[in-house]
Amino acid sequence: MDLETLKEIRITGLKVNYYYICKRKLWLFSKNLSFEKNNDKIILGQILHENYYKSEKERDILIQDLISIDIVDDDYIREVKSSDKMEKADMMQVVYYLYVLKQLGIEKVGLINYPKQKKKKEVYLTKQLEQELLEALKGIEKIVNQSKPPKLEKLPYCKKCSYFEFCFA
Amino acid sequence: MSRRYYINNSGRLKRKENTIFFEINENERKIIPINDIDSIYIFGEVDLNTKVLNYLAQNDIPVHIFNYYGYYSGSFLPRKKNVSGILLVSQVSHYTDYNKRLYLAKSFIEGGVYHILRNLKNNQADEEIEKINKLLKNLSDANSIEEVMAVEGNIRNIYYQSFNNIIKNQDFKIDKREYNPPTNPINALISFGNSVLYSVILSEIYKTHLEPTISYLHEPSERRFSLSLDISEIFKPLIVDTVIFNLLEYGTINLSHFNQDLNLSYLNDEGRKIFLRYLEDKLETTIKHRTLQRNVSYRTLIRLECYKLIKHLLGEEEYKPLKAWW
Repeated sequence: MDLETLKEIRITGLKVNYYYICKRKLWLFSKNLSFEKNNDKIILGQILHENYYKSEKERDILIQDLISIDIVDDDYIREVKSSDKMEKADMMQVVYYLYVLKQLGIEKVGLINYPKQKKKKEVYLTKQLEQELLEALKGIEKIVNQSKPPKLEKLPYCKKCSYFEFCFA
Repeated sequence: MSRRYYINNSGRLKRKENTIFFEINENERKIIPINDIDSIYIFGEVDLNTKVLNYLAQNDIPVHIFNYYGYYSGSFLPRKKNVSGILLVSQVSHYTDYNKRLYLAKSFIEGGVYHILRNLKNNQADEEIEKINKLLKNLSDANSIEEVMAVEGNIRNIYYQSFNNIIKNQDFKIDKREYNPPTNPINALISFGNSVLYSVILSEIYKTHLEPTISYLHEPSERRFSLSLDISEIFKPLIVDTVIFNLLEYGTINLSHFNQDLNLSYLNDEGRKIFLRYLEDKLETTIKHRTLQRNVSYRTLIRLECYKLIKHLLGEEEYKPLKAWW
């Protein structure tokens, strides 16, 4: 998918992340029906985001008005996450960033920081992951174009989601 | 956890750096941490400036203002950040499609009448229950909003008449429900309670993506935030009326808590404080929710009702009004 198409559908990093967590959450979020604001975990994540790696100079870099990278340093583009529970989703989010950068002729390596777990993970844009991402991007386009939200599907982590009350009320 | 703040004193609401404080006089001030505020209800004579309003807006905190007699005057609502075009469109289309509108209008009344019957059952008012049950048929047969309103009016008459049996205190008699301004204490209590509930509901609607000016039972032109009125049908008997029954049964509120000006009756400072304290307790009372499997407060139930409405409007799940199961 080229950059113009990505911009048209407004595929942000978070949408890629949500695609792997819950398709319903992705749809609601894409329609501006977000419930993140009232959620303590989300607020905690924001505080973490603001307070870790303060000495890094290049923070929250917005690229093409589409993706916002937490930290850019000499070696890596870095993403900061408060929990390592959703590693796959986090990884694909970074894979997406690498993919967008590649379209712009920039080659980088990704790094996910889990400061609370004192853990980090490198991410490379391999052929296989790129293929997987392209499938996901098509999937995202399909979901956000649906007129109704995808059916409720009970997942083990629903209870901790900020959309929980909305979905199950 | 954030709370509602009810200001009954006169004074000045100020922003000092990153906190809010209420200055009663030069020596007396109350500090209110900004993160602790859900919404503010002003009953006293309060000065405030744009500095404090801007700060409250930044933190999404609405301010509801009531006049000297405890009537709702209006609200300061921060610019709404939770907006969804797709939801607005469906909210409107459920108004313009008359059948869809009628369904929602009936649902709100259905929920309200369920709670009216619940109150009557708790007070063994069998005769009234029978009369209302008969009228319920007319509700399901109603083909227009006017008919729905008429049935609701008849049910309400029977309901309010029963107050005279439920409330043992002879000082609180109701002939008929009077609207602004009420001339007797019982009407004053109902009016006051309903108008506070109305702004509590508005605050909850504001946390969701619903547009509060588009409503179904009440005409959107009737009052500015008429969706609050719609939803309040369900919660008035469940919250306000039960608080009133309780306050009067134990004599917590009596005639000394009212002022009587000419033909006008209203709660005085002391009475208002008592009422608000009990209403607040009620709003924070929790119930184990059946599908969420967690404890939720009455206030949260209001927000969940908004969520159910959103799902209905999106065509996901048919709206069924809350019917207290506990």
